[in-house]
Amino acid sequence: MTAPKRIELVCPAGTLPALKTAIDHGADCVYFGFRNDTNARNFGGLNFDAKAAAEGVRYAQLRGRKVLVALNTYAQPGAFERWTRALDLAADLGVDAVILADPGLMRYAVERHPDLRLHLSVQGSATTYEAINFYVRHFAIKRAVLPRVLSLAQVEHVVGSAQTEIEVFGFGSLCVMVEGRCALSSYTTGEGPNTVGVCSPAKAVRWQDTADGLEVRLNEVLIDRFATGDKAGYPTLCKGRYVVRDDTHYAIEEPTSLNTLELLPQLLQMGVAAVKIEGRQRSPAYVAAVTRIWRAAIDACTAAPSRFAVRDAWMGELANLSEGRQTTLGAYHRPWR
Amino acid sequence: MALGNAMQLTLGPVPYYWPKARLDAFHEAIAAAPIDRVYLGEAICSRRHEYRSADWLEAAARLADAGKEVVLSSQVLMESESDLRALRRFAANGRFMLEANDMSAVHTIAGRAPFVAGAHLNIYNAEALAFIAALGAERWVPPFEMTRDSLASILAQKPAGVATEVFAYGRLPLAFSARCFTARHYDLPKDDCRFACLDHPEGLVVATRERESFLVLNGIQTQSYRVLNLVDALPEMRELGVDAVRLSPQPERMDEVIAAFRAALDGAASDAVAATLAPALPAAPCNGYWHGRPGLDYVMRHAAA
Repeated sequence: MTAPKRIELVCPAGTLPALKTAIDHGADCVYFGFRNDTNARNFGGLNFDAKAAAEGVRYAQLRGRKVLVALNTYAQPGAFERWTRALDLAADLGVDAVILADPGLMRYAVERHPDLRLHLSVQGSATTYEAINFYVRHFAIKRAVLPRVLSLAQVEHVVGSAQTEIEVFGFGSLCVMVEGRCALSSYTTGEGPNTVGVCSPAKAVRWQDTADGLEVRLNEVLIDRFATGDKAGYPTLCKGRYVVRDDTHYAIEEPTSLNTLELLPQLLQMGVAAVKIEGRQRSPAYVAAVTRIWRAAIDACTAAPSRFAVRDAWMGELANLSEGRQTTLGAYHRPWR
Repeated sequence: MALGNAMQLTLGPVPYYWPKARLDAFHEAIAAAPIDRVYLGEAICSRRHEYRSADWLEAAARLADAGKEVVLSSQVLMESESDLRALRRFAANGRFMLEANDMSAVHTIAGRAPFVAGAHLNIYNAEALAFIAALGAERWVPPFEMTRDSLASILAQKPAGVATEVFAYGRLPLAFSARCFTARHYDLPKDDCRFACLDHPEGLVVATRERESFLVLNGIQTQSYRVLNLVDALPEMRELGVDAVRLSPQPERMDEVIAAFRAALDGAASDAVAATLAPALPAAPCNGYWHGRPGLDYVMRHAAA
């Protein structure tokens, strides 16, 4: 048994106010993207221009915290320079690391910015230590973010055999599909995570009151229908209700969020380097609450892992911030699979 | 191997879980079909075992004896040490090339033997292609999301010595998950799925609440309901420098699909090809990705003036 190490808390920053809020509430690292399709949260009104990015980097680094920049879509042919310019900008800003998925962009990063620290994005779909060690060998990545598909035992196995640090998702919206391997959104709307940095984009959403209830469509495909009084959630494709053999249900996944707070002692024990909070599209209030709770939990767990207990107040507040007010342990928890 | 001006016709791995007798019969039919290259192996789910490794290698040998190029396809979503052991066994078979469908497979094969870089490696640009080619990829399959214009741009800068194979027919492999949706439908845990996939040789159809067929559940994989059909893009592909086109197997009337594509590659009139192919499609066609539109769209091609 090794002594528990420190586990970094990595928090989302969709905007400069969210970045400052995350730092003020105890984030060890914040991550953000630029205002275009070079990152996987390419949503209207979100993300950083060069000026906001410079101020964010200053704000965090003055306080001894780190800044990671997500450049985690796949560079599109004919526009490769948009991705390399974004990477050059991140390097010029002196960020602590960039989070990449595209091997073409990684190659550029290694050649042009040999001192820049590279993290492998969850969008890289690396689910085994062999895949991660591939990126270590060819691009000297310093950390890999695991897709949300492995059980706790599988995560431990990866941590034990990967030649680099491992970051896992702790809290937030749940991708039930392997990140980087999901084209449901581009199939339906023409825009998806890999190429444009969006999923189920707002511009393809259409709400309509009908005699059968409130209907929501993505580019004409009916994703769900809500009776009066039902809480109508955002029409993320994999969280709609569909019909399979005359049975209408959440055929792929319920609207729910991942919450692994109760697994913290195990994550710490197995040597996970960092826990990521999802939610760059969420408000500063969300960032404040989630960061504060996870900071308190990590500090309590680090001080006395054997006595760590999840507080009801934490779980209640996190559930209120979750999709459908439900949380799950996701793939970490065997029965979910 | 020189391809000359002719494009190869290839057959992807069977994505569904079929009983051994059905797989045997399918391979026997393929041995006699006008297909140049066949991809074999269980690329979806490690629990499926109607064919064991030895069965795949035996089928590979038989198809090779029938004159086919044979490639073994690796599992797309790798999760466990036993998945890695199976991959290493495949990679070390000593006779057949490997199609690498994740970076575990590339890491295992690169430097040991040439390989095929599968569509799920997400090679979206010329820089990534140059990288994977330098590691020994003799062929690459672009992501099925790729538009014609993007492919043209990449092929204009393509390194020598790497062939291009485009996914041209079949249900699109849209997503992969740790969760088994077929087992979920039957309210069974994945670890005790009772092999429910065996009852669905073409997957389970997911319809919207207004009964529009939308997706297909195939274990941990989600496919499009509509069937990609790029038969009318073959002349464009040839012009772009595409070396091979891939068909994805379906349980019924695959022989007719193969015959139609073979006729198209041999220069048959497009009306005749369309007439042969249309009745063999199990669902409405789609080709939106190729045209830079949502994947489920179908763009009709008008006869050139």
